[in-house]
Amino acid sequence: MSVDAKTASEVEKKPDLVTLTIDGTQVSVPKGTLIIRAAEMVGTHVPRFCDHPLLDPVGACRQCLVDIPDAGNGRGFPKPQASCTMPVAEGMVVKTQVTSPVADKAQKGQMEFLLINHPLDCPICDKGGECPLQNQALSHGYEETRYNLPKRTYPKPINVSAQILLDRERCILCARCTRFSDQISGDPFIALVERGALQQVGFYEDQPYDSYFSGNVVQICPVGALTSAAYRFQARPFDLVSTTTTCEHCAAGCELRTDHRHHQVKRRLAGNNPLVNEEWNCDKGRFGFMYARNDRLKHPLVRENGVLRPASWPEAIDAAVEGLKRAGSAVGVQTGGRLTVENAYGYSRFARAVLGTNSIDFRSRPQSAEEAEFLAARVAGRSLPQNVTYTDLERAKHVVLVAFEPEDESPIVFLRLRKANRDKGLKVTTIAPFASRGSQKLDATLIPAAPGDEIAALDRVEGLDGSTIILVGERAGTLPGVLSAVAAKADATGARLAWIPRRAGDVGALDAGCLPGVLPGGRLVSDATGRVDVAAAWGVEQLPSEPGLSADEQFAALASGALKAVVLAGVELADLADPDAARAGLEAADFVVSIEQRPSEVTERANVVFPAALIEEQAGHFRNWEGRDLDVALVTAAPGSPMTDLRILAALSDALGSDLGFRTPAAAWASFSELLDWEGDRQAAPQVSAGERPEGLVLAGWRELLDASRGNDHEVALRDTARDAVARVSPATAEQLGLSDVVRVSADGREQVLPLLVTPEMVDNVVWVPMNSGLGDRLSVLPGSAVTVSAVTFEEGAMA
Amino acid sequence: MTDLLTPVLSAHWGEDNSWKLSRYEANGGYEAARKALDMAPADIISLVKDANLRGRGGAGFPTGMKWSFVPQDNPNPKYLVVNADESEPGTCKDMPLMMATPHTLVEGIIIAAYAINSHTAFIYCRGEVLHIIRRLQQAVREAYAAGYLGKDIFGKGYDLDIIVHAGAGAYICGEETALLDSLEGRRGQPRLRPPFPAVAGLYASPTVVNNVESIASVPSIIANGKDWFASMGTEKSKGFTLYSVSGHVKNPGQFEAPMGITMRQLIELAGGIREGHELKFFTPGGSSTPILTAEHLDIPLDYEGVAGAGSMLGTKALQVFDDTVSAVRTALRYVEFYKHESCGKCTPCREGTWWLVLLLMNFEKGIATQGDVDKLLDIADNIGGRSFCALADGAVAVVTSFIRHFRSEFEAGTHTPAWELFPYEKSAVFAEEGAVR
Repeated sequence: MSVDAKTASEVEKKPDLVTLTIDGTQVSVPKGTLIIRAAEMVGTHVPRFCDHPLLDPVGACRQCLVDIPDAGNGRGFPKPQASCTMPVAEGMVVKTQVTSPVADKAQKGQMEFLLINHPLDCPICDKGGECPLQNQALSHGYEETRYNLPKRTYPKPINVSAQILLDRERCILCARCTRFSDQISGDPFIALVERGALQQVGFYEDQPYDSYFSGNVVQICPVGALTSAAYRFQARPFDLVSTTTTCEHCAAGCELRTDHRHHQVKRRLAGNNPLVNEEWNCDKGRFGFMYARNDRLKHPLVRENGVLRPASWPEAIDAAVEGLKRAGSAVGVQTGGRLTVENAYGYSRFARAVLGTNSIDFRSRPQSAEEAEFLAARVAGRSLPQNVTYTDLERAKHVVLVAFEPEDESPIVFLRLRKANRDKGLKVTTIAPFASRGSQKLDATLIPAAPGDEIAALDRVEGLDGSTIILVGERAGTLPGVLSAVAAKADATGARLAWIPRRAGDVGALDAGCLPGVLPGGRLVSDATGRVDVAAAWGVEQLPSEPGLSADEQFAALASGALKAVVLAGVELADLADPDAARAGLEAADFVVSIEQRPSEVTERANVVFPAALIEEQAGHFRNWEGRDLDVALVTAAPGSPMTDLRILAALSDALGSDLGFRTPAAAWASFSELLDWEGDRQAAPQVSAGERPEGLVLAGWRELLDASRGNDHEVALRDTARDAVARVSPATAEQLGLSDVVRVSADGREQVLPLLVTPEMVDNVVWVPMNSGLGDRLSVLPGSAVTVSAVTFEEGAMA
Repeated sequence: MTDLLTPVLSAHWGEDNSWKLSRYEANGGYEAARKALDMAPADIISLVKDANLRGRGGAGFPTGMKWSFVPQDNPNPKYLVVNADESEPGTCKDMPLMMATPHTLVEGIIIAAYAINSHTAFIYCRGEVLHIIRRLQQAVREAYAAGYLGKDIFGKGYDLDIIVHAGAGAYICGEETALLDSLEGRRGQPRLRPPFPAVAGLYASPTVVNNVESIASVPSIIANGKDWFASMGTEKSKGFTLYSVSGHVKNPGQFEAPMGITMRQLIELAGGIREGHELKFFTPGGSSTPILTAEHLDIPLDYEGVAGAGSMLGTKALQVFDDTVSAVRTALRYVEFYKHESCGKCTPCREGTWWLVLLLMNFEKGIATQGDVDKLLDIADNIGGRSFCALADGAVAVVTSFIRHFRSEFEAGTHTPAWELFPYEKSAVFAEEGAVR
């Protein structure tokens, strides 16, 4: 995240204004504004269905007809015109349904047409109660129908994907869904087919509408034609309570509208935050909220005679405190990547001020010391105006992707890049082993590179300058030298730089001080001024100055006995670079405290387990990859729901004879806010040189958006729309190794058997696999490591 | 009577092998193209403008003016697209022309493409007429072989390729923007305008879309001059054109005459209404133009004359219906066509034509109810001018003009089936008992 201020040319110019008269009221709007939106400025809602501000105008439904007695040139239109397709003109006179009987009748006529073949099934329709057709039929339609003839019928519903169901009888053919899938997400797997009254949304049966963004079409459907398998028949809109909050999955920071009933979240919709997610979100964020529905931890557990048994809160706290006291400061803390800023800040203070250790790490994933240095140097403790934002991506001339696959790893970044590419011709360059579907949709230039070869590839990117933004993904952290090279390249060329992690809590945890060497606000543990600053704010005498251990180091130290105890929150051992080492560490540990929502490999090995609140049960903030703070709202919490992490930490602190200093998110936020805007010393950027490329085949891969992640648990339809797991190699590599159809990818005694997709223009001697497909063993080696691939015979393949 | 005819396009239709290049050249073919390629493109456009050739596809927009709209400073290639998707009920002028003398069209394309600085031209031909597509392909092949197409045409340094493209059978693809979408390989549905095709048409490049007859008329203007062309026709509608007379006349067919001939004259040329019957109504320009009746027999059939009578010249497809024909049945058949051909993009056309058909079926069966005539008119009012393109306006023209002239027949549809009022077998030209309902 670079620190250069915006140049004058980047500051938006005031748009040219055009003055026109709508229903007798003069209004000035920016040039190019469509009449339908200019009318909103004078308070007139012209009814509409196909119109959507973020989609190209189509003029299909004809509902928004208005009268234009003067087009601005002294001449009027003889017939009503669609206000959603016509831009304003200076001196134009528009009469909407408010003042023009012609427009009013034209609109009522269109409404009548839309209704003649629309089923009268509102009482059992999911959209009933929040339906633009229903609402506008009441506000702009005839009270009684004049249509007494047979209606058009279709079998219904049909699956356009495992998740999305289509009711063709309800469809009014506004083409919002097909335009969204074509223009916004670039997955045009649904299209209008047939003609006349038989026109319908269709799809190719061998290619269902498996898009990461398919849920958006349900949301923008102005009728109940598109419904999701997840929410279908779950609730009526008028029984739901809506809350605006923020998604907990990735670092995009999407605003959500979460609807609940009876203390249960029924569905999540994309919120409208024009600076972040506009009006879209991804299917994981929309549908992935059922993960704790069936296997929730509801009460504390304490290990007794080797077995976890339910315990009361006081008993569990006592047990935890006893174990932690025994360990003293030989304790580690790991916070996972999905905590709110407030919770992360609580862990930071708990570790450093209460337990007296700097061994705290939010990175429950493959990591490196180089990454920690890079984060301290270039990411931690920066404020939003200094950072690259979504808006900057849209305005950039060139965006370079390094070890970052936006569609899988930060889908809203993908959407924004695609928008900029489509609307403004943004040039995208991706340094990757092959041109993924996502980068093809970005019209990206591929610089083929095996993992680890990004450094050389970066030198081949032309035209890096101040109008370029380099986006580097968290995967780069495990490729020696890549983060160093990216930072150096940005410094040398003036290109701006942003680091985009996968998890929602990472940036907030970093700024809250959940990296061993970094205190809240980006202060360095190694810097006495920074320590004093934080100690003063926390009202403690001093903070520990000895360097802390990273997550990987903590597991090793637990195994060696150097560390006695560990507190883990939201850590999945399988996500780590070496899960076996982590398991061994936990098994060797004297004492393990787990703060978790659901049973996991950590709770299985814990001495005390505290159940923690779900995201919908607490308030707080997420800090997204931009460094933007986004509100997390308390949606609903059933009586007796588990406490938040913060409350648990406060209780533990009290019992340890210390004071966390806050026990509510609001108090934690206030304390955290005081520690921002630090202007002291920063860590220097790391200077690690490139690693050695191993002999033979090199593994490449990343985690796809929809995979075997536990965040997708209990979402059958969602998992069914995931991409098929395949292994990819280049044609030359396939030929050299005699690979076809099915291959076995193996390393360190673990193996996966996957269908092979020979991928043109892929870099040679690399095999790409999805990193958590759920098929076969989860490979324990990282991208950039040596791996073997062999052909699977027909017989073997049939067995597999 | 035959003095009324001015065969230019149809002059050689009756000759042996009229579609062959050798025959066409023997009749002076390709002389105009050679002449044109020695002219400056701007001079050709001026000549066609001055001759006041107006589009023969229906709208009557001046052809030369359309050519002059092409922005020559646009760096993209320019395209000429010939609209040969003739599908309007009753219209049958382009098909015989392309069948009989396809080289007239090829020669016209060379001149027109040269005038607008285009090096690629397309003939978008209706897909159902395979025999005509083959004939066009054959003519284009012959022209290539003779050096009249391809590189350095006539040795004059001008390159042009012609691509004959077969549509898939959709009336909407006669609408020029839908045609362009279809030509690009998409579903044929009308595009939002602006941008207009002259600025961003085929492949988002400047494009002229002209009717077959318009383009085929150009060689004769080059050969004979604007004054010759303007000596025919009326004050604002110059030149000759093909009138297609069909229906209840003794001798239906193509009649090439100056603009402004009357229906009375055309019916006489066609041998009169069939024996023992009288004219009931006729379409001046295909099914999309409001019908006219005997009182309009003497209006000049030019753009202004027909517009003055409340209709449109359209494609000059004159379908003649005698007194055996049910207005209700005819209206239903026409509207069924529009319902079938509606592309489905916009609501009023898609749903409105569906509703009109269902209602008209009730009128035909004699089971319409009181008020249904007004309902028809009100539905038509909600369709007309409200839809995305002009297709549905054709259906509206049918409903409103038939009710205007024959309201009583519609009112009878509330109690008596149309086939009882007008036994269908009586309107057949073949054996009466052969007619089916």
